[in-house]
Amino acid sequence: MDADGIHRALREKFAGAVDPDWVAGEWPIVTVGSASVAEVCRLLRDEPALGFDCLSNLSGVDRKDDDRIEVWYHLLSYRHRHQVALRTTTPRLDPVLPTVSHLWPIANWLERECWDLLGVRFVDHPDLRRLLMPEDWVGHPLRKDFVEPDEYHGISTRRESLLKL
Amino acid sequence: MSHAIDIDLHREGPGGLETEEMTLNMGPQHPSTHGVLRFVVKADGEVMRRAIPDIGYLHRSIEKIAEKVGYHGFMPYTDRVDYVSAMQCNQGWAMACEKLAGIEVPRRGEYCRVIASEFGRIASHLISVGATGMDMGAITPFTHAIREREYINDILEELCGARLTFNYMRIGGCAWDLPPGFAKRAIAYLDRFEPLIDEYDELISFNKIYVERLANVAPITAERAISWNLVGPNLRGSGVRYDVRRDVPYSAYPEFEFDVPVGTGERGTLGDCYDRYMVRMREIRQSCRILRQALEGIPAGPVVAKVPRTFKPAPGAVHVRVEASRGDMGWFAVSDGTAFPVRVHIRTGSYAAMAAIEELSKGLMIADLVAVIASLDIVAPEVDR
Repeated sequence: MDADGIHRALREKFAGAVDPDWVAGEWPIVTVGSASVAEVCRLLRDEPALGFDCLSNLSGVDRKDDDRIEVWYHLLSYRHRHQVALRTTTPRLDPVLPTVSHLWPIANWLERECWDLLGVRFVDHPDLRRLLMPEDWVGHPLRKDFVEPDEYHGISTRRESLLKL
Repeated sequence: MSHAIDIDLHREGPGGLETEEMTLNMGPQHPSTHGVLRFVVKADGEVMRRAIPDIGYLHRSIEKIAEKVGYHGFMPYTDRVDYVSAMQCNQGWAMACEKLAGIEVPRRGEYCRVIASEFGRIASHLISVGATGMDMGAITPFTHAIREREYINDILEELCGARLTFNYMRIGGCAWDLPPGFAKRAIAYLDRFEPLIDEYDELISFNKIYVERLANVAPITAERAISWNLVGPNLRGSGVRYDVRRDVPYSAYPEFEFDVPVGTGERGTLGDCYDRYMVRMREIRQSCRILRQALEGIPAGPVVAKVPRTFKPAPGAVHVRVEASRGDMGWFAVSDGTAFPVRVHIRTGSYAAMAAIEELSKGLMIADLVAVIASLDIVAPEVDR
């Protein structure tokens, strides 16, 4: 199915949640309301003509100037060889999104990573723990206003610049 | 005073046989885990209930670094994403930047990239198949594989001066042209190397003990492989004929003829550890085939396009994919028009493979966990980034 068809199929079911505009490209970009992400994804996966059987990537972006966090879902269909990127935003103060880990198992880790590094809370995720950072780490390092702590368990994170010598 | 052993073997629980689940720790420093990674193994005797991967030991916040050092400056860091086959990481980042800024790479530059990438793929697959052998208790094949990889490192060193972290590619092409006589020497090497693949096959691929350690172990159906987002040889091992080089053509790959080998379940079940291993062996041959075509048909011209030193691509987001040695590597880059990317996200092949292990390990023997890790070709730094 071409990008226009995918967009139209989504608009038919989710007129209120799917943005009327979409951006063409190798990964056509469709903007979706944050509350409907899981239902839109379910349709994309289960509707035979759409058949998105693979979540290729899930990335969060901190848009500090706009006070929101953007999350991208890059979806692939091996069956139909087409692809789409879903873009959604959530407030920076309390970023919340529905989980899609019940649709694609890989989302379990990708969402944990997104929580770990950007602090996006995925509702109904079975095991939302930190993935890459230590469990007792404070803060979410990929936030633009994240300040690196001076030390971690007594280990200093500061070092004299070698260029000064 | 010694404790009297007073166990009623006919009874379970306190005073009788202990039947509760055992929690074992594998790693973070374990010789067969190919880097620093850890599994918490819940075992019932010799059988695993599950093996829970615990990652992050090699997290170097490479994506955060990208936001600090800018587009050109990030290139050497991409080598460290997957240091076993760094060339394709270079290429992924270069392609992401080129797509953001709409830069066309000269054809000779694309050929140089293909040559570098395919040598990198052979080297990486050699490590993988050699290490699989070693994990299964066959030490000799590993030394053979490492020997050939050293020669390939020599070739790549001629190309860019480094043996492991190449920093060879640039936004818009490659840093250096092929040195004089390179193509001739590289083809001479391939002439020597290709018969050796048969030797490896004789040494391990068809060795009965080796086959029995891998065949029928942890088969993955095509459907599961896709939903777990397994990529590259792990996906093709399950019989899915999908290769980014062929299906989403990039660089100069459409100009070359090559096959995409897939698993067939020849020694056991479709998608078992042996199929994944065999796909890699066959891909080495295909890489040689691509290399011969590229080395013989390399066009004249510049290797790098003119790219401004202060690189400020237009605002936008791109997601490009390259077929790295461990499969489809996704590079997501967001620009806001400044000299520093807003966000870079690298989705690697080992990441998905690592995430799949928890499900995959259910009901396997503990000894087979090593076979699973080896056959999925997990490189820990690529998982943690």
